[in-house]
Amino acid sequence: MTHLIRDQQLVEHDFPLLADDAAPPASGKLIVSLERWRKDAAELRGPGLEVGVRIPNTVNVEDIWAEISDRPLINLEFPGFADGRAYSQARVLRDRYGYRGEVRASGGAVVRDQLHSMARCGINGFELRADQDPQVCLKAFEDFGLAYQPAADGALTVLRRRAS
Amino acid sequence: MYRYDSFDQQLVDDRVAQFRGQTERFLAGQLPDDEFRSLRLRNGLYVQRFAPMLRVSIPYGLISSRQMRMLGHIARKYDKNYGHFTTRQNIQYNWPKLETVPDILADLASVQMHAIQTSGNCIRNITTDHLAGVAADELVDPRPYCEITRQWATFHPEFNWLPRKFKIAFCASETDRAATRLHDIGVFIVRNEQGELGYSIYAGGGLGRTPIVAPKIRDFLPEMDLLSYLEAILRVYNRLGRRDNIYKARIKILVKETGPAKFTELVEAEWAKIRDGELKLTRADFDRIAAHFDAHPYVAGSDADTSFDAAVAADSAFAAFVKRNVKGHRVPGYKAVFVSLKAPGVAPGDITAEQMELVAQLADDYSFSEIRSTHDQNLVLAEVRQQDVYAVWKALRAQGLATPNIGLLTDLICCPGLDFCSLANAGSIGVSDEITDAFESMDDLYDIGEMKIKMSGCMNGCGHHTVGHIGILGVDKKGEEWYQVTLGGSAENDATLGDRTGPSFDRAHIVQAVERIIEVYLDQRSSEDETFLQTYRRVGMTPFKTRLYADEAVAA
Ligand code: HEM
Ligand code: SF4
Repeated sequence: MTHLIRDQQLVEHDFPLLADDAAPPASGKLIVSLERWRKDAAELRGPGLEVGVRIPNTVNVEDIWAEISDRPLINLEFPGFADGRAYSQARVLRDRYGYRGEVRASGGAVVRDQLHSMARCGINGFELRADQDPQVCLKAFEDFGLAYQPAADGALTVLRRRAS
Repeated sequence: MYRYDSFDQQLVDDRVAQFRGQTERFLAGQLPDDEFRSLRLRNGLYVQRFAPMLRVSIPYGLISSRQMRMLGHIARKYDKNYGHFTTRQNIQYNWPKLETVPDILADLASVQMHAIQTSGNCIRNITTDHLAGVAADELVDPRPYCEITRQWATFHPEFNWLPRKFKIAFCASETDRAATRLHDIGVFIVRNEQGELGYSIYAGGGLGRTPIVAPKIRDFLPEMDLLSYLEAILRVYNRLGRRDNIYKARIKILVKETGPAKFTELVEAEWAKIRDGELKLTRADFDRIAAHFDAHPYVAGSDADTSFDAAVAADSAFAAFVKRNVKGHRVPGYKAVFVSLKAPGVAPGDITAEQMELVAQLADDYSFSEIRSTHDQNLVLAEVRQQDVYAVWKALRAQGLATPNIGLLTDLICCPGLDFCSLANAGSIGVSDEITDAFESMDDLYDIGEMKIKMSGCMNGCGHHTVGHIGILGVDKKGEEWYQVTLGGSAENDATLGDRTGPSFDRAHIVQAVERIIEVYLDQRSSEDETFLQTYRRVGMTPFKTRLYADEAVAA
């Protein structure tokens, strides 16, 4: 079973992914693919539904921002352990557009050893890969207490700390 | 020397702890092999033919005597008593044990060193001129710029999982001694017409199987915008770089396939949105970084010394050393002394623990406790008063570190090849030994003059063969070792890729082929002042080809 970490807490799984060919429930929280969202947005905006959108890691966030900007959750894909494209998507969502909803990571890279970097890039929801121990994962956020470069977490950089 | 403050130290210590945890989880079977592999690579740890190999970072090639002693200690305690300086100014150990690596990293951290991002698809060690800060032809000292870039790149959360490795080099001098345009990003520090400092930016260079000299993508970038521009390039690359084919994943392929003009547009569009953000630097940022570097108390009037000239006149062996291994310094009366790691019979770049200790001692006694590594795999004591050069030479000579061959044919570059590397097609160290033997006579070497032979055991090109005046590439033919030869490459301001001579040579004939190339050069040059490269550019391939393949049987 997969675990969900949100804002550094282990929480109940929510926002399940709706298969593209499944009918949406009458109410509740769910995630749909970008493709589905484009097709059925009118219906999915109905009362009682809270719908997040999963975007492929190959799209330029700037091209689709207008379509997803009011969503409560944006789901980023990390298809493989070494595929880091969605890190840049997360930063554009947070830094450029000031997106305030949940940015959730899913896929093969959502493991103990990448959570710290993901959090720095503005990801705050982690759908852990099935083999991950959530208690071990929670420690990831403590790996580093300092940062050399600015990112989406607003950490005061070493350069700025030296200045003060 | 850049000195860490408590922040720098804390980050390195945290990294050691993080890697210790990863190693423990791996050894306990809790971390899959391929994932541990990616993580250990980012801590400099490869697994090669016989053992793991650890690559230690030497930012922009600057090492303190204390660090050099620690490198010696590590060679002695965890390895077979030696280390190997690489073409990216780093040092590698060929025989450490996996379980001891966290201890080695902790030892390194105790002298402000690490192996962070020396491998893996992330931003690697930042390199520059090995004469930075002492060269007379330098606009400014590039090292504070390198350091500010190093800090930005270290643990950059967005760019740790790039399509492929990423190398950045800086050049601030008229003569490029850092092969700057052969990097993923090459930064030239320049002044514009208004006299303001800034950078010309090149992107998409690299060696390997598709060698490319980087095109310029921005003529002038204002000084304070360095990091935002680098971030824009990396973001475009992270998004669009190919991930479907490892051989097409470097940024050079993206730049080539997109076209430099279109690629520049993408970078500029991204940059426009971030240039005035948090990455904007201030004069105070640079000043603070520069203040971390030791100031050197040069002794005024050092050029009044007459003993140096007297020793050159009196001792012909010393004179030969001075001619090849000693270069000028911007401060009158000081010299940069090159320590040759290319003695006959030693693999290029190899150095023993005892030799490291000697170099450290000489640095303490004569060179402000600093040493530099070069991308030609030698070391430099760059701050020696001319009155002390004779003593330095004698001490180096006693330990086999004074071969007077810097820039000559036997100062060749060669990768580990079949002796250590699991990707190799052919041996390179043995060939390099034989070449060194064949050109044993120093008189011949002087006569041949400036000559860069570069050799790699396979297409990956760790030995930079494509930019050698003579390049040698190991290829595999039905399980046998063969060698392809190129002529006319250069890694300097006139960066050029070499041209293939034709069919490759077998192991028994490769050294002979090099000898024949040299014969043709000596025969064809217009005067003793015409270098090999100049002669080749003037006469072209034909005379070389004619001589090389005169006797068909040697090549196939
Ligand atoms: C023995 C283990 C080594 C292995 C397995 C190895 C592997 C590789 C590979 C696969 C590449 C090609 C990367 C690419 O084109 O994307 C490469 C390039 C390179 N390696 Fe190594 N290497 C080794 C040792 C070394 C050493 C000892 C040096 C320095 C003396 C070195 C310096 C370089 C350089 C400068 C490049 C070219 C980078 C470029 O394309 O710009 N490598 N190496
Ligand atoms: S060039 Fe090839 S053989 Fe030589 S070290 Fe690199 S990967 Fe190994």
